[in-house]
Amino acid sequence: MTTLRIPTPLRAYTGGNADITVSGEKVSDALNDLARQYPAIKTHLFGEDGELRPFVNLFVGESNIRDLQGVDTPIREGERLMIIPSIAGGSLIPSLTGEG
Amino acid sequence: MIEELSHEQILRYSRHLLMPEVGLQGQIKLKNSSALIIGTGGLGAPTALYLAAAGVGRIGLVDYDVVDESNLQRQVIHGTSTIGKLKVESARNRLLDLNPDIQVDVYNEPFTSENALRIAKDYDVILDGTDNFPTRYLANDAAVFLGKPNVYASIFRFEGQVSVFDARTGPCYRCLFPEPPPPGLVPSCAEGGVLGILPGTVGTLQSTEALKIMLGIGEPLIGRLLLYNALDMTFDFVKLKKNPKCRICGPNADVKELIDYQEFCGVPGHHEDDTSAGADWDISPQELKSRLELDPNLILLDVREPHELEIAAIAGAKNIPLGEVAQRMSELDSAEEMVVFCKRGSRSARAIEILSSAGFKKMKNLKGGINAWAEEVDQSLPLY
Repeated sequence: MTTLRIPTPLRAYTGGNADITVSGEKVSDALNDLARQYPAIKTHLFGEDGELRPFVNLFVGESNIRDLQGVDTPIREGERLMIIPSIAGGSLIPSLTGEG
Repeated sequence: MIEELSHEQILRYSRHLLMPEVGLQGQIKLKNSSALIIGTGGLGAPTALYLAAAGVGRIGLVDYDVVDESNLQRQVIHGTSTIGKLKVESARNRLLDLNPDIQVDVYNEPFTSENALRIAKDYDVILDGTDNFPTRYLANDAAVFLGKPNVYASIFRFEGQVSVFDARTGPCYRCLFPEPPPPGLVPSCAEGGVLGILPGTVGTLQSTEALKIMLGIGEPLIGRLLLYNALDMTFDFVKLKKNPKCRICGPNADVKELIDYQEFCGVPGHHEDDTSAGADWDISPQELKSRLELDPNLILLDVREPHELEIAAIAGAKNIPLGEVAQRMSELDSAEEMVVFCKRGSRSARAIEILSSAGFKKMKNLKGGINAWAEEVDQSLPLY
């Protein structure tokens, strides 16, 4: 069992929950468990090819799985998983309203 | 090059001069430093105010928007008296009032591939306080090409990210985010909201990093990303590494010049409406009004969050928040014609995409959302 931290933009798909308990020895198992519990989040994490979307960053402890073994990265006891999303601030058009 | 401070300046900056990490030499360094702040909104407000107060000699402000009432919940550099004025002018006046000792250069223009290098080349540090993906990638790439630190901050609702991207010694923004998310997948602050104080907290962290770089003190956030959550009151750090496959700062980089960032991010041009699912789906508020007069039973689907209904609502509309559309589409009848709406039209566009891929065809997207409806049809509703 490990905790997976959901960032604010994706909490709409986890019933507002920030920390989800997932099981699995590898990152892929934990993600599959998350998708089982919250099917709506699946399209936000995985592309149609079943691969993790390139704009989704997943960290195990302090390290990006991209710098480790990708979704095959093992999860050690007590390590927390964290999804780090792209957030831009205000709008998707370059309005430069400086919303943040 | 300024080499000493006047008596007035010594008095003004005395709390800095008392600290050995800054001291007289540090304050002179700041006086000779320059910072370019891209965006004079939620993040730009605190960063510009604090860098000006700290005595950074030259501050550049890039923005081409005007101050709007809905900005003032967080953009504290502006005021009620400057509503309708150019943000860069409003900000410059406030900064020079705070510290007449500095130079403020304003660029009342969009930050684009055509002007980015020209504007940014004369500044020591770039602060990315923009509100959209194309400008974030542009700010990053310009900083990489110019060999300058890009102090990054980004916010959404209760959450913020801060880092220092300096491709000379660490990763860049593209190392972490090689590709932007497709439009519509990540809600904007204008749709999702933002806690007014959040850009204050995150922006002051951002300006702290910029100040440290200009002073050459402390440990900058290079190779680290700070994640702040105001609701949980947590500060988390993760390590960032240079991505060997990075297309702009990696060993095999193939992006050699600034590109078309709107195309890269898949968004429409400056003056096009971002909130449309495509003209085929669109229905204007006036058209919807006429349709409802003919067919009062036309199904209206409101995909906003339940708490938004308390602000403004269209009578008779069914509410299914965007996040629940995929699970609850069985409550909808694909044979019936339906008009989908949200606040401004982007969440409803996303809902239409979801429903369309499930086989729904008879749908329209209310262009401009309930805000446009309030402006054009039902003035009794407030804008938000």
